[in-house]
Amino acid sequence: METLLSVKNLCAAYVQGGQRVRVVDGVSLELRRGEVLGIAGESGCGKSTLAQVLALLARPPLWVEQGEFWLDGTIYHLAQEHRLSRELRGCKVAMLPQGALNALNPTARIREIALEVIRAHQPKTTPQEAYARTQERLERLGLPVRVLEAYPHQLSGGMRQRVVTVISTLLNPKVLIADEPTSALDVSSQKAVVKLLRELLEQRVIEGVIFIAHDLPLLRNVADRIAIMYAGKVVELGPSREMVEASRHPYTKALVEAVLVPEPYIRQRRVEGIEGTPPDLRAPPPGCRFAPRCRYAWARCRELEPPPFGDKERFAACWLLEGMSA
Amino acid sequence: MKSLLQVRALSRTFGSGKRALQAVKGVSFDLAPGEIVAVVGESGSGKSTLARLILRLLSPTEGQMLLEGQDVQRIPLRTYWRSVQAVFQDPYAAFNQFYSVQRLLQKALTLFGPLPTQERKARMHLALQSVGLEPERILGKYPHQLSGGQRQRVMVARAIMLRPRLLVADEPTSALDASLRATVLNLLKDVRQKHGMSIIFITHDIGQAYYLSDRILVMYRGEVVEEGPVEQVVEQSQHPYTKRLLSDVPRFHG
Ligand SMILES: Nc1ncnc2c1ncn2[C@@H]1O[C@H](COP(=O)(O)OP(=O)(O)OP(=O)(O)O)[C@@H](O)[C@H]1O
Ligand SMILES: Nc1ncnc2c1ncn2[C@@H]1O[C@H](COP(=O)(O)OP(=O)(O)O)[C@@H](O)[C@H]1O
Ligand code: SF4
Ligand SMILES: [Mg+2]
Ligand SMILES: [Mg+2]
Repeated sequence: METLLSVKNLCAAYVQGGQRVRVVDGVSLELRRGEVLGIAGESGCGKSTLAQVLALLARPPLWVEQGEFWLDGTIYHLAQEHRLSRELRGCKVAMLPQGALNALNPTARIREIALEVIRAHQPKTTPQEAYARTQERLERLGLPVRVLEAYPHQLSGGMRQRVVTVISTLLNPKVLIADEPTSALDVSSQKAVVKLLRELLEQRVIEGVIFIAHDLPLLRNVADRIAIMYAGKVVELGPSREMVEASRHPYTKALVEAVLVPEPYIRQRRVEGIEGTPPDLRAPPPGCRFAPRCRYAWARCRELEPPPFGDKERFAACWLLEGMSA
Repeated sequence: MKSLLQVRALSRTFGSGKRALQAVKGVSFDLAPGEIVAVVGESGSGKSTLARLILRLLSPTEGQMLLEGQDVQRIPLRTYWRSVQAVFQDPYAAFNQFYSVQRLLQKALTLFGPLPTQERKARMHLALQSVGLEPERILGKYPHQLSGGQRQRVMVARAIMLRPRLLVADEPTSALDASLRATVLNLLKDVRQKHGMSIIFITHDIGQAYYLSDRILVMYRGEVVEEGPVEQVVEQSQHPYTKRLLSDVPRFHG
């Protein structure tokens, strides 16, 4: 399948008070046309930071240190191009940020916010056109028309989240980067958001989605492929089903085991989270970053960083898998 | 057993006239000491409004609440909040932008009057560690320097540190990964076990409701439409909304 967006060897760091903390460390990823790529992983591992870089929104104290960014046939060197054209941002890659439900201007009505977003890039749009487009998408998410007239605080958390989803797709971006777009939603609204994204993909209004979520059951159903991050790195990637049923990396396995499956037997069990805390990224350990918490770790893990084993389609960065692939 | 909290026909309407919206309609239930009740329901069904009413951040248009038999209207707010604490749905909104984690936690402790510095420090450290955060790494940080999950855990730590009789937790784990989610829910279970804390646990994740709670309340358009022990609500659900809710839960395996 054709590649829509890809990054190679991306590194990004927060620089503050003379201290440099690299939270995205050598990430390479590929998003294909028509695909939903899921990203999950430890809280604080750098998913939102990666999302900001991919959406070309990195600004101090966040710096892109290196990385090639390939979008729809053109290469950009992110570390050098701090002023990527506005045309790219918002229009070609749009971001639906985490916690976006609070980012709405509290003094404007939803229709005013929508109009402003559309006019910023398409100045000739009439208010009627803008409202019609907004209303049509709101309706697809099961939201009543009155929402157009509402102020943000009059909507429940879940309603606001659906509104920001609509607003972020109003410009028909090629790539939508959605950072936990469904965390605040009940299962039925989640389903509606996912359905809207799928429809927009099928109609080619948008051409690819990067979907960050903690909810693995949801991700398994939404994403074509899933990438798992740990401490700034992608540690495993593969087709969604395989990632759940046949994960290879000990971190992925532990994560999958910690899912509270909605089956009554879960009550009788005690599901344990992974012991310990992720490494301090100000001074990451040499070798495998999961080693201090990994039950399989041995001497080599603590000395040498494991490279990805497998191929571009399906890999895991763990010494246990050495020799498993060609 | 005597109830910790009795909620009686509680209602809250926003706006008036044609625009009036009844966010919570005649909700009644009892909560025993040490009991964990999950509140589930679709977005906009009134769960957070109910939470704010119970926390007395919002006054009801009708109805009454009793804490250990006493009408809560008669209890001064500061006293009430020593017994009833919250973790809010949104870790972004709940956090004062200009407070470091340390300041936030210290401020919370003032609810108990002056405490020796050592004691304060010990409590803060213990609380942060119990949610998987390292105090040295986190205390000096400001909210914009934390990830969503880190903020959410700070808020859980804050509430646990205050050892309330009742914790109202509004989707306290929605921003956490599966492993931390298990860690935080286990922490809540253990605190209940040790200190007999009661919890009102608002969630949209049925798996979590199963795991943590003794009883489930299903809300739909402001009303409690179904209520009972977890197994009963799941296996013999009566209300069509409950059935739809359960059928929309994504499957993990298979
Ligand atoms: N201040 C307000 N003014 C007007 N309407 C409000 C106000 N606060 C809440 N509402 C309305 O009350 C209803 C319930 O809101 P609430 O936030 O309690 O829902 P919820 O169940 O918590 O939803 P979610 O899970 O999405 O947060 C919604 O229809 C909402 O629009
Ligand atoms: N503005 C900032 N300054 C310094 N550190 C930050 C900043 N924003 C995030 N971080 C740190 O970067 C790491 C990754 O954060 P983030 O990308 O938000 O994680 P995730 O979304 O995976 O939970 C965390 O350790 C967080 O504390
Ligand atoms: S490389 Fe070693 S420490 Fe790292 S995940 Fe694999 S076995 Fe565990
Ligand atoms: Mg995040
Ligand atoms: Mg809510």
